[in-house]
Amino acid sequence: MQIFLDYLWVFLVGGFVCMLGEILIITTNITSARILVTFVLIGVFLEAIDVFDYISDFAKAGINVPIIGFGASLAKGAIGAVKTHGFLGIFTGGLTATAGGIAAAIGFAFLFGLIFKSHTKK
Amino acid sequence: MQKNQTFKLKRKPKIIGSYTIVGPKEGKGNFGPYFDYVMKNDYFGEKTFEKAERKMIESAVTGVIQNAKLQTKDIDMMIAGDLLNQIISSSYAARAFKFPFLGVYGACSTMAESYAVASVLVDGGYFDNVVCCTGSHFSTAERQYRFPLELGNQRPPTSQWTVTGAGASVISLSGDGPCISAVTFGKVVDYGVNDVNNMGAAMAPAARDTLLAHFLNTKTTPDDYDLIITGDLGKLGSEILIDLMEEDGITLGVNYGDCGQMYYKREQKTLCGASGAGCCATAFNSYIIKKIKEGQYKKVLFLPTGALLSSISTQQGDTIPCVCHAIVIEKE
Amino acid sequence: MEDKQRNEAYNKYVSAKIPKTKAWPSLFNSFWVGGLICVLGQGINDLLLLAFPNLSMQTAWALTLITLIFLASFLTGLGVYDQIGKFAGGGSIVPITGFSNSITSPSIEFKSEGIIYGICVKMFTIAGPVIVFGVASSMVVGFIYWIISLF
Repeated sequence: MQIFLDYLWVFLVGGFVCMLGEILIITTNITSARILVTFVLIGVFLEAIDVFDYISDFAKAGINVPIIGFGASLAKGAIGAVKTHGFLGIFTGGLTATAGGIAAAIGFAFLFGLIFKSHTKK
Repeated sequence: MQKNQTFKLKRKPKIIGSYTIVGPKEGKGNFGPYFDYVMKNDYFGEKTFEKAERKMIESAVTGVIQNAKLQTKDIDMMIAGDLLNQIISSSYAARAFKFPFLGVYGACSTMAESYAVASVLVDGGYFDNVVCCTGSHFSTAERQYRFPLELGNQRPPTSQWTVTGAGASVISLSGDGPCISAVTFGKVVDYGVNDVNNMGAAMAPAARDTLLAHFLNTKTTPDDYDLIITGDLGKLGSEILIDLMEEDGITLGVNYGDCGQMYYKREQKTLCGASGAGCCATAFNSYIIKKIKEGQYKKVLFLPTGALLSSISTQQGDTIPCVCHAIVIEKE
Repeated sequence: MEDKQRNEAYNKYVSAKIPKTKAWPSLFNSFWVGGLICVLGQGINDLLLLAFPNLSMQTAWALTLITLIFLASFLTGLGVYDQIGKFAGGGSIVPITGFSNSITSPSIEFKSEGIIYGICVKMFTIAGPVIVFGVASSMVVGFIYWIISLF
C-alpha cells in the first residue's frame, strides 16, 4: 500500500510540474529552451532557500526527474563545495554535482548524432 | 502622386508549360491528383534535405521544358528562387543548365515575382522562352527558420506548414496556354507584427496594399475576376484580409480563395494551412492552370504574399516586412 | 506617428482574431505523460536500489537520470520523441528527458554539416542556455553561501 501511495505522489507532483510548463507554453508561446531555463532557475532557487529537500522527501522522482532536480543539484553542489573547499567551491561545486547528467547527455547526443538521420515530421 | 505600379502587357505572354513536383504529404493533400510528380520520401534519393530541394528544382525545370514541348536549347533565361539563405537551391540547380540565370527572392511570393519579371522581359521582346521556377522544402525551412526536426516541441495554433515542392512554368509569346495580361508590383508593407508563428497576420496588409493598387490602376473590381487567389495567408490570414478589404469598402466574396488554406486536408493537422514558396507555386501550376485551361476560370488574379524576414532580424526583435505581387492570368 | 497607431490597432485586432484553442486536452496530456515519465524514473531508481542494495542514494539518482537521458536520446534518434513532444508538450519538455532531446535533436539535424561544425558546434543551440544559466546561478548561490560562511 505504501509503495502505491509513493508512486501516486510521484505521478501527481511530476504531472503537476510538467503541466505548469504546458501552461507557460500555452499562455506565452515561449520556446522549449526558455522553458528549460526557467525550470532550472526554479530548481536553483528552491535549493538555495532550502525547500527542495522537503518536496523531494515525499515527491521523490516527481521533483527529481523534472529539470528542476537538475537545477537543485547544481545549487546543492555549489553550497556543499563551498562548505568543504571554501572559495574554490563556488566554481567547482555545481558542475561536479551534475557532471554525470551533462556528460551522459553530451555523450549520447554525440553517439546518436553519428548514427541516426533526421526524419521529416508527419 | 504615386507612380503606377501596374503594367498592362500588350503582347500578352503565355504560360506554355507548367510542371509540379511535391513531397509525399503534399501528394495526400487536396491538390494531390493534380500534381505531375509526387516524391516517395523527402530525401528524394539525396543525402541531405538541401540537396533534395536542389534536385526538386532541377527536375521541375527539366519537366517543364518537356511539358512545353521545347528543348533545353530553346530556353533563353531561367528565373528562380527559394527560401534558403542566398537562394542556394535555385542557383545550384541552375548550375546544371546552360541558361542565363536570374535569382529572385520574395519569400513565399517568389513565384509571382518571377512571373512578373519574366512576363515583362518576354513582353518587351528581349527573350523568347523564359523558365520560372520556385520551390521550398519543409525540412530545410524548418531548420533554417525554426528548430531541429527531432525536437519535441508543439506548434502554436497560428503556425503554418511549409510545403515540400517545386513548381515551374515556361513563359513565351509563341505557343498555346493561358496568358498574363497585367502585372502589379507590390510595395513592402509592415504593420508591426513580430510573431513569427503568425505569418498570415503579418502578410495580410501587404496583400491588401497590392489589391487596392491593382483595383485602382486597372479600374476593376473583385467581380471582374472568376478567381482571386492569394498565396499562403492561411486560414487566419485570409480571414484578416477579408476584414481589411471590408474596411476599404471592397467585398471579397466566393471568388476569393487562398492556396495555403486549400492545400492540405483537415485531418493532416497543419493548423492554419500551408506556406512556403512551393505552396502557391505548386497549387498554381497544377490545379489553377488546369482549371483555366478547362475554362472553369477565365480571368484569375493571382497574388502570393511573402514575409521578408530572416532568423537574425527576428532575434533582434524586428517586425516582419511583407510584400505581395499580383498577376492577372486570362484564358487566351 | 500615424503608422505607430495603425500598427498598435492592427496588432490588437490580430490578437483578438487568433483562434482560441481548448487548453484542457493539452494540459491533461502534459500532466499524465509528465507524471508517467517521473514514475518511470522512480521505478528505475527503486529497481537499482533493489539490485544493488549498497548503492548510495546519490549514486542511484545519478544512474537513474543517466538511464532516462539515454532512453530519451535513443528515442530522439529513432524519431519517436518529437511525436511524444507534439502530443504532450510540457509533459516531455520539462523532465530531464526533454533536456536530453534538446541536445540530441540538433546533433542529429546538423550532422550534414560535418562532425566538428555540425554535430559538435550546433549541439548546444537549444540546451546551451540551460547549462549557462544553471551553472551561473549555482555560482551566485555558492558565492552568497561563501559570504555568509565568512561571518
